[in-house]
Amino acid sequence: MTVEINLPVTVQDVRSFSEANGEPTWFTELRAAALDKAAGLEMPKPDKTNITKWDFMNFPTHTVESEGFASLDALPQEAKGLIDLEAQENLYIQRNNTPAFIKTSQELSDKGVIFTDMLTAVREHGELIKKYFMTEAVKVDEHKLTALHAALVNGGVFVYVPKNVIIEQPLQVVFLNDNAEASLYNHVLVVAEANAAVTYVETYISTVAEAQGQANIIAEVIVQDNAQVTYGAVDVLAKGYTTYVNRRARLARDGKIDWALGLMNDSDTISENITHLIGDGSHADTKTVVVGRGEQKLNFTTEVRHWGKNSNGHILKHGVMKDAAQSIFNGIGYIEHGATKADAQQESRVLMLSEKARGDANPILLIDEDDVTAGHAASVGRVDPLQLYYLMSRGISKTEAERLVIHGFLAPVVTQLPIEGVQKQLTEVIERKVR
Amino acid sequence: MSTLVIKDLHVEIDGKEILKGVNLTINTNEIHAIMGPNGTGKSTLASAIMGHPKYEVTSGTVELDGENVLEMEVDERAQAGLFLAMQYPSEIAGVTNADFLRSAINARREEGDEISLMKFIRELDKNMAYLEMHEDMAQRYLNEGFSGGEKKRNEILQLMMIKPKFAILDEIDSGLDIDALKVVSKGINAMRGEGFGCLMITHYQRLLNYITPDHVHVMMQGRVVKSGGEELAQRLEAEGYDWIKKELGIEEETEEQEA
Repeated sequence: MTVEINLPVTVQDVRSFSEANGEPTWFTELRAAALDKAAGLEMPKPDKTNITKWDFMNFPTHTVESEGFASLDALPQEAKGLIDLEAQENLYIQRNNTPAFIKTSQELSDKGVIFTDMLTAVREHGELIKKYFMTEAVKVDEHKLTALHAALVNGGVFVYVPKNVIIEQPLQVVFLNDNAEASLYNHVLVVAEANAAVTYVETYISTVAEAQGQANIIAEVIVQDNAQVTYGAVDVLAKGYTTYVNRRARLARDGKIDWALGLMNDSDTISENITHLIGDGSHADTKTVVVGRGEQKLNFTTEVRHWGKNSNGHILKHGVMKDAAQSIFNGIGYIEHGATKADAQQESRVLMLSEKARGDANPILLIDEDDVTAGHAASVGRVDPLQLYYLMSRGISKTEAERLVIHGFLAPVVTQLPIEGVQKQLTEVIERKVR
Repeated sequence: MSTLVIKDLHVEIDGKEILKGVNLTINTNEIHAIMGPNGTGKSTLASAIMGHPKYEVTSGTVELDGENVLEMEVDERAQAGLFLAMQYPSEIAGVTNADFLRSAINARREEGDEISLMKFIRELDKNMAYLEMHEDMAQRYLNEGFSGGEKKRNEILQLMMIKPKFAILDEIDSGLDIDALKVVSKGINAMRGEGFGCLMITHYQRLLNYITPDHVHVMMQGRVVKSGGEELAQRLEAEGYDWIKKELGIEEETEEQEA
């Protein structure tokens, strides 16, 4: 059955955007076809959250023009704090929908690494984009929002790390949102070829109090044989967005991914973080922390799906809910038939700071193979009064004791983020949100 | 000199009376030991003085230099000079031992007068070395994954860093092998002196071989039934508790309920 939701644009809009952007014909056609599919596809169905009344479609305008930053000095303070202005060699800043600043080291270009904004990549690295863009990790026609994303993609980053190339310093990306009318159809594509290694850290930050647009964000990470990717993200998007964010990885043999996600949006958010362990011996470690407040409605699905033998998946999710925020935490360990010796572990914990907050942790294990190990732990509760007693018995006030416990609870992601400024900012956001 | 005075203290947990009128006075520069069989209320006494949320004081008083301790919040009791080395310290993930200790020390200082990082680290290093603790313990999360012995040492480390007027040590010796017991005792003995009073709760005379108490008290059935000097502990070790029961005409066995 076709769900009747009017799409926000016509195919003509999509074609003219693509042409204005100088995109190759194949990509224009991909967009047009995706829009056509979007009309007929159903909405995604996040488990236990009813989104039929959420508006994922309407926005004031598809793309806004923003000025670039001639130098980093021109950055707003919120963004400046994230960046080690001296030492950060590889940096991309996108302002709303405009590539506003990019810096790459000589080392990167010498080694054949590509680090550029997505729309430039479509023009200049067509073959690679054709190969990986929504073909291996996320598919265009999964549901209405993926199709719409493909049709409307208007920003993002492409990272390509050739075979055997190891990049020591993290690549840093800042998506700065300082226009309330901006919609973010960002696509991030990270490809690590065999034996490559890269650390990628992105931050979404709104400096507007309330946004009017859509955030439909997809990140795809392709991890080839024995490659390693560390993916850090901190999302701090403003209230008013309807956010759909899908971060997905696909791992080949002995590939490894470490996710560290600090999901701090003030918008209603559907977040999916799925890792496909295709290759034998592949390994996923996913850590997610979340703070919800106000009247926010949130749904976080973390899934690791095992096809590879001896594949390892670890999920850690910690959420703090206050005010009247409502959240669903779905943690899924999925072991396919044939994935012998796979190990699927997960831990989901929700801390409630108020009577009206809701948090629901759903640990799910789906196992179609005998010779595996799996486990889960889940809890929803208040700050442990005995922990508070212990801290207070050392002279620490109740407020400070609670603060310590909450920060400690959310520390697994904070400590994992490899850029100090981003770490610090996440700590500050947590501080601000739980206060 | 400071004085901690406990008068006719009655304490309930889940509606059941555990302490039935405890009287005890402790001065700084004194070390007291409380001994007694399981389930007689020794740990309850410690927890009630510190303000454990599950224990309800139904009557009696606890005063520190004339101040009513029972009216204070837990943190205020600590700020007033009380410290409890707990039998089962909480584990707090994500909070490093060092950060926690700094917060505890700074909680006692005015804003703007926080301990300098260098001074703190010096002090921490010194005390950890004294307690023969591995240096990585400072950066590990508070008590998380600590062995029983490590937790006890960590309690004594906190004691040495915080320097309270009165420390209550709730079975600090339980589960310790002899080497760890020696180290823990060394830490407590280092605190001994002017301005420091201590109440040690233990089942075993063994601890008192390393820390000589000035006063020994025996608790049974929720009361202090006998007090004496070090020789009392030695007699208990040699003869057990039966002679006291006989002497005092205590008949019924206390229930197995160690709170």
